[in-house]
Amino acid sequence: MAKITFITSDNQTIELEGQSGSLMQLAVQNNVPGIDGDCGGVCSCATCHVHVDPAYWEKTGTASEIEQDMLEFEDNSSKYSRLSCQIQISDALDGIVLKVAK
Amino acid sequence: MSSEQTCLIIGASHGGVNAAFALRKNGWKGAIHLYDSDPALPYHRPPLSKGYLNGTDTIEQNILKSAASYQEAEIDLHLGQSVVSLDSRIKQIRLTNGQQATYDRLILATGARPLVPPIPGLTDNERVFTLRTAADAQSIREAFAASSQKRVVVIGGGYIGLETAAALRQLGATVQILEREERILSRVTSTEMAQFFTELHQSKGVDILTGKEVSSIESKDSAAKVICSDQSVYLADLVILGVGVRVNTALAGQAGLRIDNGIQVNAHCQTSDSNIYAIGDCTSFYHPHYQRQLRLESVQNALDQARVATANICGQVESYTAIPWFWSDQYDLKLQIVGLSQGYTEAMVRREANASSFSVWYFRESELLAVDAVNNARAYILGGKIIQSGKVVDRQRLIDPGIPLKPNTLLLK
Repeated sequence: MAKITFITSDNQTIELEGQSGSLMQLAVQNNVPGIDGDCGGVCSCATCHVHVDPAYWEKTGTASEIEQDMLEFEDNSSKYSRLSCQIQISDALDGIVLKVAK
Repeated sequence: MSSEQTCLIIGASHGGVNAAFALRKNGWKGAIHLYDSDPALPYHRPPLSKGYLNGTDTIEQNILKSAASYQEAEIDLHLGQSVVSLDSRIKQIRLTNGQQATYDRLILATGARPLVPPIPGLTDNERVFTLRTAADAQSIREAFAASSQKRVVVIGGGYIGLETAAALRQLGATVQILEREERILSRVTSTEMAQFFTELHQSKGVDILTGKEVSSIESKDSAAKVICSDQSVYLADLVILGVGVRVNTALAGQAGLRIDNGIQVNAHCQTSDSNIYAIGDCTSFYHPHYQRQLRLESVQNALDQARVATANICGQVESYTAIPWFWSDQYDLKLQIVGLSQGYTEAMVRREANASSFSVWYFRESELLAVDAVNNARAYILGGKIIQSGKVVDRQRLIDPGIPLKPNTLLLK
């Protein structure tokens, strides 16, 4: 079980608990505004873009080449950008904070 | 906007569900009722022929929105309920259970259903499956698990057929694909891509047989006998039918809406009745970029039309101009498509240094029409931006893998 916090673009804090699946699925199931997951989690639409709290950056693993390319052309992308459909929930993520990209 | 107004949405898949939430977001104050004959909480359809079929994914992980989200947004979900009639003069629908509901605005998101050609033995055959709903995928999984020899014949070499073949092959099936045309994917993509996918499937042990017109299916106790017009016979424990769809236009027909290869809508997704909008697979519309009438079977189209229709219902004037995009996952390979390649005069292949990654760029004279990108999101995104902008690509630079795929390196100066 991992505690996961989303901060929406209008600064609303949403604290969730997740066990498995992707961060995008957790956000969609809990109606986190700004995380749409239009393509269903196959890294094709970039509607689940988040900025990871730098303190947790290492724990989210490395983005695949496809994900990096999707993000490179994405507006508002930062050094800590990830597509949340590509991050699987595990205990290692406990406490992570994610800012939903505009 | 009056809170007395009611919007009914028929069809709760990608289009209908997104329309319901977009109405609220755009300030619709009145009631929203969403109907679907499917009893399951609305879910993503694309995984049905991919991860959901081979068991790496569950339907619960693939819901579009949580049950609580509908409550929060005050969207009334009526699942497992079919709408049987529509009377547009009195703005009323009727359900199978006899219930009636009236509307101020109606959105038809009725989608399409698998086409079942009139071939003897195809209907009412417990070994023959189509794939459109979660229940369909579940039936295929169960029948596959129960079959001892795991022989699968897929009729139709389109994306659904190929994805299903890949998913079942990964579970250990013996798979034969029977395609009527001389090559697979003939309706949807180029010979270059068809060749690539043929070789991919063959390398995974899937048999692709072209020029095979199925003439009948005979059921024996142990297997289905799929018989082709050239007298060849294929034995199958499961037959998967993926030969296209029929648009669900019955309700639109009752309302007297204009129908031509789909429910006709204008740039605002409005039908020939100004109170009725239509979105998604069931619509036919004029695309301003490609300058022709289209009907698209895709998530992107359903989502973008949902956005456009609801904006207009809520009083903002918005037109549909999006460049279409699609994807397909087969084995460990990702195909991303942007644009429509039909009518191209030249296809150019760009191969990256990394051998598993390439892209096919389709041109009509100097205009870039579409890009098919295999394991290459850069080509997909960049191609989309160039198509949208109408800028001209330097083709010699394009096919040089030493020149990176970047916005400014590819354009003619």
